[in-house]
Amino acid sequence: MVKLHERKFVSADPEKCIGCSVCEYACSMVKEKTFNPTKSRIRAVRLGPLVNLAITCRLCEDPPCVVACPRDALTQEENTGIIMVDEEKCNGCGWCIEACDYGAIMLHPETKVVYVCDTCKELGKPQCVEWCPEEALDSVTADVLAQKARRKVVKKLFQETAEGASE
Amino acid sequence: MFAYTGKILRINLSTGKAETEPLKEKMAKQYIGGIGLGFRLLMDNSKPGTDPFDPDNPLIFVTGPLSGTMGPTAGNGYAVVSKSPATGGVAESKAHGFFGPELKRAGYDAVIFTGKAEKLVYAWIDDDSVQLLDAQHLKGKSPYETDVAIREDLGDHYIRVSAIGEAGEKLVRFASIINDEFRAIGRTGMGAVMGSKNLKAVAVRGTNDVNVADLDGFKEFIKMIHERMKGPATRKYRTLGTPENVLVLNALAALPTRNFTQATFEGAEKVSGEYLNERYVAKIIGCATCAMRCDHVAVVPEGPYKGSTSRMEFECLWALGPNCGVDRLDAIIEAMRLCNHYGIDGISTGVTVGFAMDLYENRILPKGKTDGLNLRFGNHEALIELVKKIGARNGWLGDALAEGTKRAAEKIGKGAEQYACHIKGLELPGYDLRGLKTAALGFSVSYRGACHLRSGAYSPDVKGKVNRFAIEKGRGKIVKDGEDLYDVIDSLILCKFSRGTYYDGLEDMAKYYTLATGIEMTPDELIRAGERINNLARLFNVREGVGTREFDSLPPKIMNVPIPDEGVAKGSVVNKEEFELGLDDYYAVRGWTREGIPTVEKLKELDLGRDAHIVRKGGKK
Repeated sequence: MVKLHERKFVSADPEKCIGCSVCEYACSMVKEKTFNPTKSRIRAVRLGPLVNLAITCRLCEDPPCVVACPRDALTQEENTGIIMVDEEKCNGCGWCIEACDYGAIMLHPETKVVYVCDTCKELGKPQCVEWCPEEALDSVTADVLAQKARRKVVKKLFQETAEGASE
Repeated sequence: MFAYTGKILRINLSTGKAETEPLKEKMAKQYIGGIGLGFRLLMDNSKPGTDPFDPDNPLIFVTGPLSGTMGPTAGNGYAVVSKSPATGGVAESKAHGFFGPELKRAGYDAVIFTGKAEKLVYAWIDDDSVQLLDAQHLKGKSPYETDVAIREDLGDHYIRVSAIGEAGEKLVRFASIINDEFRAIGRTGMGAVMGSKNLKAVAVRGTNDVNVADLDGFKEFIKMIHERMKGPATRKYRTLGTPENVLVLNALAALPTRNFTQATFEGAEKVSGEYLNERYVAKIIGCATCAMRCDHVAVVPEGPYKGSTSRMEFECLWALGPNCGVDRLDAIIEAMRLCNHYGIDGISTGVTVGFAMDLYENRILPKGKTDGLNLRFGNHEALIELVKKIGARNGWLGDALAEGTKRAAEKIGKGAEQYACHIKGLELPGYDLRGLKTAALGFSVSYRGACHLRSGAYSPDVKGKVNRFAIEKGRGKIVKDGEDLYDVIDSLILCKFSRGTYYDGLEDMAKYYTLATGIEMTPDELIRAGERINNLARLFNVREGVGTREFDSLPPKIMNVPIPDEGVAKGSVVNKEEFELGLDDYYAVRGWTREGIPTVEKLKELDLGRDAHIVRKGGKK
């Protein structure tokens, strides 16, 4: 049976994200009970005043990090798509870090095993999304992301007539 | 300790030696952090009469108790404190962005730089490891170029850098220190002190946790502040930004124009916040952990300055625009970009250029000493060229003006001081004090020289809460209350753009402090700390021989040249009688002598008894 994708991941809108790093602080606060961006599962990248984006795990369909792990420490949860790290097996070798195109999986500065966004599943929703002051972060499925892009491009193409539209 | 690191780092640039010492909880509570802690460290680590450029003058970087937490605006600041090369008195300036929290995570409440490096160096603070690295390849580079180069050299994009430009290296007396491209330790010449120490930059990487005492309570509190940040209290800063002031002040005839000659500008519309946002602002970004976002990044889309990019705020826009008679935003944006490029304070730069133009128009500046520039008001090309000359100390005039209006007037002579718009050696910001007289009193008594942010005394004038055309009894208290509160704000290093989000004022701030640090603090104790900090700053000025009544003055143009513009403010000027009354009123409410010196009783009351020897000497060196 064909099914719409259910896996939701955190995505930042480049037009709204200002690189303020509230998401980093929120992540470390919720996950680590401290304030420390170097322990955040989402990282803000500011390349200049006009170029900002927060990046975290996108729950790839065929995750290269899982494939790259020589110790089978990484697995992907079937329903949610979250990358699970077996901390007993992981030895911090970093093959997964190299395999990830987004720099979303990182080596934890204290535990020395890799860690990655789990979309705050125990809390029901990603806390960075809750805290983002610009509403730049959203918890989306691949379908919703594609829809958003389509709506945006159509709006752009029909700029004048779309101005009165509901959006 | 929570929130504080409990550690002060001391770096001797002459010997290269670095050591740490503890910050005691009592001192932390009494002086809070930021400028308050900075003033205490300055007083304790400097000898009277030290020249600002002497290696013994300490340059102190201080974080706030909330730096490094997720607290909006308070989480992202730092302050720099020293003795000012502009005023010869106490100097402080704050900047937000990403540098402050990094310094806190590296493990320091403050860093005290003393001595002077043999050659240009930068300090690389990597948590516990402190090194002085060669910076000769960075000589002449802008703060931002330095930032990029250092991060490249050290191989980590997340390293944060606070740096000076060419102006700091060349001791321009209003040189700034800049982090995150546009965020400036702008006023009082801290960049020049840094340059005098051959210190090009401070690069920091901090990986330690910053823990608060009551995480759940803190989380709830900042959630509330984050929500308030989205509301009416920050509307101005999120929408038009501070350039909104252009038309507001112009309507009040309080927009200083052509070096405080007129108080309205016929080109105001063209340099307004409205015009800026419509045509130039490309994106509005923000600092670390801040829900407000206020950085209006302007890009020039066409014309001779095409591509020029800078963050724009009211004060610098005014100084480089209306105050120089310039009504072109593209030129103003380019001039601001140049200020950030050389690392000079946009306010002092604009006022200094306006001063030169005023001298030129009044034939005080001889033709041979203009470095070949046609310095009539409104000549945007001359503005740009002169900013470059000042930033690099080029030419006779560029070099003279790099000393600031006070010293430049002395150099030029022939009555030039009548046109110099500064207080204590620091140039005026963009409020016409002739028709904003609470502000006139507030600016005159400010310990760092002319400043709108030492008391916010312009606010009751602009908002119509008082008769702005007179100084009356009672203004002293308005100024004092404003000062004490702003001392608290600058010691917590809250961004003043967010001050409206603390609906319950000191009560909110005291709660914020206690949740983070675990140190009990009542609103009364907090404002008392503000008063202590203000008195300590004044004491430093007394100790340095610049802290008495004669230094609490106003520029000649404010006292002698009535506002000529037709309308509400016509003819207004500050007269000697009301000004003296204002000073008396202020000193009385401060518990100071008629000479403006804190009394021993006042100092004891504020737990500053150990500094009382300074006033026993009568305030003279």
